[in-house]
Amino acid sequence: MKKIILSIFSLVILSCSSDNDEPIKEISVKLKFTQNWDGTIIERSDLENTEFTNKTGSKLTISRLRYLISRVSLVNGASDTTKFDSYKLVDINKPDNLTLALPEKISEGSYKLLFTFGFIDKDNISSAYTDLNSVDWNVPDMMGGGYHFMQLDGQYKDTLGIKNPYNFHAVRAYNSEKDSIFDTSISIETGSILLKNNATIEIKMNAAGWFKSPNDWNLNEKSVDLMGDFEAQKDISENGKSGVFSLGTITQ
Amino acid sequence: MGCSSKEEIENVYTPVQVSLKIPEIFQQKLIAPIIPTNNPLTEEGIALGKKLFFDPILSKDNTQSCASCHNPKKAFTNNTRFSEGVDGKLGTRNSMPLFNLAWNFDERFMWDGKDFSIEHQAFSPVRNPIEMHSNWKNVAEKLQEHTEYPTLFQQAFGTSKIDSTHVTKAIAQFERTLISGSSKFDQYLLGKTELTPEELNGFNVFMDEARGDCFHCHGSDNNPLWTDNQFHNNGLDETFNDLGLGAVTGDPNDNGKFKSPSLRNLAFTAPYMHDGRFTTLDEVINHYSEGLKQSLTIDPLMKKVNQGGVQLSDKDKADLKTFLLSLSDNNFINNPDFQQ
Ligand code: HEC
Ligand code: HEC
Repeated sequence: MKKIILSIFSLVILSCSSDNDEPIKEISVKLKFTQNWDGTIIERSDLENTEFTNKTGSKLTISRLRYLISRVSLVNGASDTTKFDSYKLVDINKPDNLTLALPEKISEGSYKLLFTFGFIDKDNISSAYTDLNSVDWNVPDMMGGGYHFMQLDGQYKDTLGIKNPYNFHAVRAYNSEKDSIFDTSISIETGSILLKNNATIEIKMNAAGWFKSPNDWNLNEKSVDLMGDFEAQKDISENGKSGVFSLGTITQ
Repeated sequence: MGCSSKEEIENVYTPVQVSLKIPEIFQQKLIAPIIPTNNPLTEEGIALGKKLFFDPILSKDNTQSCASCHNPKKAFTNNTRFSEGVDGKLGTRNSMPLFNLAWNFDERFMWDGKDFSIEHQAFSPVRNPIEMHSNWKNVAEKLQEHTEYPTLFQQAFGTSKIDSTHVTKAIAQFERTLISGSSKFDQYLLGKTELTPEELNGFNVFMDEARGDCFHCHGSDNNPLWTDNQFHNNGLDETFNDLGLGAVTGDPNDNGKFKSPSLRNLAFTAPYMHDGRFTTLDEVINHYSEGLKQSLTIDPLMKKVNQGGVQLSDKDKADLKTFLLSLSDNNFINNPDFQQ
């Protein structure tokens, strides 16, 4: 396991006024994304190596895990919201690139952190983001367009113990017959976080959670061609809403 | 005095900075190409790089240039399965076409990604025993004694002392200008031409997760590079003679993985795959449709491997091929800037 040492430079703003008011500190915040399988950390070295078991008992390995986080904002006690106009493609194959530094500083204080898994419809515009196009993150227009929310690919063992691929891709649900879409992005809100210094907030993603509650997922029934499967996308989204993302440690 | 004033003029010569001519469709869809700050593009550097690229002086016996294996008329590859080096020895990999290299954002070159950066890649053919089989000391000496090169290096890099660093920088500058972005399909995306119904269906086969599902690795209308420049095992073999990426990383999970090639210019670049095993696109399509082989490191996107492949109908196969050919760019292979 690689330990990342974060050097935190805290910026102290000194007040010049003659009275002794405590200055309000401006701090910067980073989000750090970690992944686990029901608590066991998943790192790059686990890719194609470590076998996990999902809720319905299928043994599987993970080859690729990338997912998109957008619309990060911090809401303080007075319900003032600071929105950060950025998104982050998390790729566990790129361990040096698992943090998102929020582009603006905030005042110290107590906050709730809000973010979205995937893109809400308004943001999910085909071809709009050149950096995402450049890493092949698009969804073909025939499958509703926009961008992937997640690519979780790997191999599972079927009931006969034979290795089979799975492509667990989360996208906006699209019904091609009716040409209707359903927003399957997930908005997540953490409990209150007290931020006093420059901080790194860990966001944990439990990959096992995608395969359970409320929809226990049987890979023997559905494992590939999920992008154009309206019901599958709704099920994935429902599973994502229940406990896949959680707040981890806060370093400050 | 005449002598020293001439030197002074040479020393103050500043090369003319140029920027790449980025195709409109790349401008719209992609992030900026990679140009290292220590090797900015200049007219003089590019011209010098081009001269070097076509000059057999870089090889041991002055018989082979980069262009011997990277022919502009063939989208800068050649049509033999393997290439003969100066000593008549055959390599074990198919030569690669050269275009849009500045958009390889991870900068990992060769079939197995062993060379980081275009500059660095250009070091290897010169000393590779199965390619130009020379060494940089000899090459630098030959260039230094040449009637034109010292002046050209002076103009491009401000020094007439020739070394491998400047040779590879010049070649890399030329290589970055090799841009292919005006195929029929590019024109279609820009609204300047129509596709035939066959080409359109072929595109849909390519994009449809439930049919070809090629876009996850080979780009799309929104990634007009037509490659992800990543490494995958696309089901060619059960066991591997050539470990590919695995030999570079030492990780057995990378065995049998090779870089996804761009699907631009396939009309000119046969044979196909890292070892040139397929002579036609029909063979390639049949491979994905019913010829996949299971192996330890096969990519999960080869999702129907246990059924042999994605099982395309004859019509879908034919249309897919027609679509793939619409990605070939005649303007690129005929661009006068790229000919010797
Ligand atoms: C004898 C034939 C031969 C000669 C000569 C040759 N190459 Fe190559 N080139 C190849 C082959 C074969 C490959 C793929 C090799 C591999 O993957 O191991 C290749 C790969 C490349 C690549 C990687 C492209 C990519 O997209 O990853 C570049 C760039 C390149 N050559 C440039 C050059 C330059 C510059 C020269 C002259 C200095 C040169 N080559 C001379 C055969 C040749
Ligand atoms: C899992 C990623 C992946 C998918 C999906 C995929 N390919 Fe490939 N493709 C590759 C890789 C990797 C290679 C090179 C393999 C090698 O040489 O060992 C390749 C090679 C090719 C080549 C040969 C190009 C050349 O210059 O040699 C063609 C053509 C091609 N693919 C077309 C397709 C088509 C058509 C589809 C869909 C039916 C498809 N690919 C799906 C990864 C993929």
